[in-house]
Amino acid sequence: MSQVKLQIDVGLCQGNGRCYDLAPDLFGDDKEGYGKVLSDGVVPLEKEDDARRAVLNCPEHAIRLIEGT
Amino acid sequence: MAVDNRFAQDHWEKRDGESPGRHSEIVTGPVSDWASDFSHMEPEWAADPYSIQDDLRLRCPIAHTARFGGAWLPTSYDDIAAIAHDTEHFSSRAIIMGNFRPPRELAPIGGSPPITSDPPFHHDARKLLLPAFTKTAVSTFEAPTRAFCHSLIDAFDGRVIVDAAAEYAHQIPMRVIADMLGFPPEDGPQFREFAKNTLEGINLPPQERVTRMSALFYYLLAQVHEHLERPREDLTTFLINAELNGRKLDVSHVVGTMTLLLIAGTDTTASAIGASLWHLAKNPRDRERLINEPELLPLAMEEFLRAYAPVSMARLVKQDVVFGEAEMKTDDWVLLPYPAANRDPAQFDRADEVIIDRDVNRHAAFGLGIHRCVGSHLARMELRVALEVWLERIASFCLADASAVSWSAGQVRGPHTLPVSIRR
Repeated sequence: MSQVKLQIDVGLCQGNGRCYDLAPDLFGDDKEGYGKVLSDGVVPLEKEDDARRAVLNCPEHAIRLIEGT
Repeated sequence: MAVDNRFAQDHWEKRDGESPGRHSEIVTGPVSDWASDFSHMEPEWAADPYSIQDDLRLRCPIAHTARFGGAWLPTSYDDIAAIAHDTEHFSSRAIIMGNFRPPRELAPIGGSPPITSDPPFHHDARKLLLPAFTKTAVSTFEAPTRAFCHSLIDAFDGRVIVDAAAEYAHQIPMRVIADMLGFPPEDGPQFREFAKNTLEGINLPPQERVTRMSALFYYLLAQVHEHLERPREDLTTFLINAELNGRKLDVSHVVGTMTLLLIAGTDTTASAIGASLWHLAKNPRDRERLINEPELLPLAMEEFLRAYAPVSMARLVKQDVVFGEAEMKTDDWVLLPYPAANRDPAQFDRADEVIIDRDVNRHAAFGLGIHRCVGSHLARMELRVALEVWLERIASFCLADASAVSWSAGQVRGPHTLPVSIRR
């Protein structure tokens, strides 16, 4: 079965925090407020909508959703 | 113990004299053509910058003015984003566009690090502040903020008309930042004056501007001395003790960062709270929906931040550069109107409408690139709590007198006065 996986480009993330605001089950913040993907980044099926919302709301386009891993 | 004499009188430069740097002629008065003579200080801009920006975006899209010694105004999201991300050609050594350019040697530190800093210095100066402003760190201020919001509404006490800007929106960030910096809460009204002088006083005669800015410097220096005598857990003590590359910060860095936190922490968030309440006072359907569906507030709040983004930033051109069709010269200003970026129809569907459940909202209210507002998590907490408490306590409200609402000009736009009729 195909899975989707989240990745944050640390070169682009500026710590806006939209991802951990909108999808706190998938993202957290580090001690400086930059976003991080929780666990291994594989998105449970029921959380895929949350993952896509986070991607679409990141002002820096720093989140990638890798399909079919 | 070694005496900390960084803050003794002979260790800081005298603030009252002529500063090095370049003054330009102060030009005020009606704008002849917004494409070639724009000014963000004129009343038409304060009253409605959006129609001016929408018009320029269609026909320019980068406006110019000879005022302020020469300045540019991009109005499309893409241009604003590109310049905000381009620290190679655009410097932050001054970020409030006016008639004074500080000397080039002030880069890469600038007067108020890290907002006035360029890479590579910027990175370390910002890193120092970030832990104090994470979502988790600012959450410790949520309960006192909520209690303070309630006390403001308690004080309305039976009145029918209140000023939602002066008596509510402006009070909240003043109190929160005073707590964080460890300043006396009763000094709040002074902060308002300091912020007004800094942000709206840019067309004052130079000597008057220097005098007013010195008052802020000396106020902050007095706070530093008071903290040296009575250190306590707050941002002022933190900055006094902080080290960068193994050295404590210079007095100019300590006071400069305090200036940033005080000025950027007050009128900006106050404007966001005030503009949101202004919208809700005028749009009963949105207000009723938020009262019935409070879970929508997080989305609605982001939409208010998009549609009424308070802050525009400025940059200085490092060296002659051609950007699009604009031939920018060394030391020209570039004003970055994030509110215009947020209303670009190429970036947002129905950009000119306020849609409180908009769920794709990549707005730029807190800036783009390395200078993303360091206090954005704090601002969001204050805005959310301020709106939650207001909507919980005041069932119905509307503008008491639409013609009495006034807006600030300059780079931070929000209601100065907002008389509303309330029913509790």
